[in-house]
Amino acid sequence: MRIGTARSSYRHDESLFDSRTQHGWLAVLAVALLGFPFLADEYWLYLACLVAINIASTTGLNILTGYTGLVSLGQAAFMGIGAYTVAALEQKLGTPVLLNLLAGGFVAMLGGLVVGLPSLRVKGLYLAIATIAASVVLHFVFANWHAVTGGHSGITVAPAEILGVSFDTSFRLYWLFVPITILMVLGAANLFRTRIGRAFIAIRDRDISAEVLGIPLLRYKLLSFGLSSFYAGVAGGMWAYFFRVVTPESFPLIMSIFFLAAVIVGGMGTILGAILGAIFMTMVPEALKLIVGWLPLSADATLILSPVRTIVFGALIVGFLVFEPLGLQEIWRRIRRFFHLWPFRA
Amino acid sequence: MHPGKASPILEVEGLTLSFGGIKALTDVGFEVAPGSITTVIGPNGAGKTSLFNTISGFYKPSTGRIRFQGEDITATRPPERARLGLARSFQNIALFRGMTVLDNIKLGRHAHLRTNVLDALFYFGRARHEEMKLRQEVEERIIDFLEIDHIRHMPVSVLSYGLQKRVEMARALAMRPKVLMLDEPVAGMNREETEDMARFILDVREEWGVTVLMVEHDMGMVMDLSDHVVVLNFGQVIADGTPAEVQANPEVIKAYLGSGDVSELRQRLHQPLAVGA
Ligand SMILES: Nc1ncnc2c1ncn2[C@@H]1O[C@H](COP(=O)(O)OP(=O)(O)OP(=O)(O)O)[C@@H](O)[C@H]1O
Ligand SMILES: [Mg+2]
Repeated sequence: MRIGTARSSYRHDESLFDSRTQHGWLAVLAVALLGFPFLADEYWLYLACLVAINIASTTGLNILTGYTGLVSLGQAAFMGIGAYTVAALEQKLGTPVLLNLLAGGFVAMLGGLVVGLPSLRVKGLYLAIATIAASVVLHFVFANWHAVTGGHSGITVAPAEILGVSFDTSFRLYWLFVPITILMVLGAANLFRTRIGRAFIAIRDRDISAEVLGIPLLRYKLLSFGLSSFYAGVAGGMWAYFFRVVTPESFPLIMSIFFLAAVIVGGMGTILGAILGAIFMTMVPEALKLIVGWLPLSADATLILSPVRTIVFGALIVGFLVFEPLGLQEIWRRIRRFFHLWPFRA
Repeated sequence: MHPGKASPILEVEGLTLSFGGIKALTDVGFEVAPGSITTVIGPNGAGKTSLFNTISGFYKPSTGRIRFQGEDITATRPPERARLGLARSFQNIALFRGMTVLDNIKLGRHAHLRTNVLDALFYFGRARHEEMKLRQEVEERIIDFLEIDHIRHMPVSVLSYGLQKRVEMARALAMRPKVLMLDEPVAGMNREETEDMARFILDVREEWGVTVLMVEHDMGMVMDLSDHVVVLNFGQVIADGTPAEVQANPEVIKAYLGSGDVSELRQRLHQPLAVGA
């Protein structure tokens, strides 16, 4: 029972991480993130960078789909906008890296605002189809606007360079991507402590009464689209610095489905859900590859097993949807509750 | 409490609203005096909720005007009407299930906050300041007042019907209402919950100086609380006056007789509410 009406107790209550245990876990996480690059080999650093990029993009899609209830299958295309913006700026103007990433975010945001316009009228499946249509249009632009995108052969991107340091290895990129992703995730968490985030959730839960309660629907739906594609744009920019070549085939529709699956598997409309979902979707295929590698099989058998891997991955996703519709974050919460009460209740 | 001849805070004039062939409202007009408790009554399907929905901007009337504080708001968008001070609760409860009680209430303040996206992403300066102030005000003025301290961190979906109605009222109060519109605030409540709610409504008027416009079927409560009663039947105003006048009006008796509600009405008229102040 909370009695205090003192301001300090509200401040405590309103903070992002309010318990001592949470602070403890944050410290552990910080140490792990700082130590990881020194212990991990190139392969694991590569995966860590990929996970950071995917978390940034999934967090963006979660704002739109998980929190505002607008289903989009355009996230990869918006990443493409960000990636092309960064690649073109890097190639043609050689502007600073952080500026390029921001620009990637903003240009993607403009794209998001345009694609979001029909969202006042169309919802659900129809909106999803509209975002697929937008992806197709964007793919066409990427492939045919030669002057800027380099057509089908795409653009090769020089390594990111900040203050004379060239970010040309996964080890170095880790120190660029992880802080950016952390900032983006914290930004999203902050959003939902204010009127903006509450408005998004209200629109998701019942948009018509939200309007009568003072929320202009179109403005907030567009804002959600804009934010979500800004996140995608920055993630796409990081992607460009990571893979160093951007082509029209870099951001296929299946990638948008990948992000949507990450949001759902992780747990829609929770910050932790997007993080866990992105980790799951990135790591499980790798883990399956590793497992197959360990099996004492001939090269031929390994080749045959490759589609089986995809099937197992798909089955795992379906399994989660069936057995834990609230996603990975719910499993995490249950584990936490268990240890919270343990050993008094099992 | 007799508001006398002060100019009305809300004025409805010649409202007509149809859904396809059904005329939900026909030439509806009445006035709400500032500081009054005005109640709209009428048999099921009379058009009371449709009237509320038209006033809050949900439906667009085919003819007629709505004036709020002297200004014509007939063409004003619903969010702007909310910002001007028209707050409401819904007959079939429209709380946001994905939010806690506290967040539902805070949401009501939306139109009066200034936090923009950048403030929100970084959560410093204006965002933090505004949120802290809002939290304090919600706690001290609304949660304490409506006696819902114990449920503030709960998701609304686990609450009883009566408590959900109370949270809806809390959210409407967070909207800084000038006119508070309550659509059947005690429907489905037991006697005790009804008496609590009646007391809250009186207190809101006294302590906050808010004008109340409500729709209610509980006749005991209507007669006890209202300064002014408007009776709708088949989308038309058939009587309009003090509770005593309306009660004596033969048209009203007939309307309820027609819908078979009259015995219930009589019974309720003789069973006044015990409203402690
Ligand atoms: N959205 C709608 N579409 C079509 N018809 C509607 C709609 N809303 C209301 N109606 C019709 O308008 C008439 C008035 O309905 P309304 O809900 O306003 O009545 P009410 O007085 O609030 O009734 P109750 O006491 O049952 O709440 C009814 O005939 C109803 O069927
Ligand atoms: Mg009704």
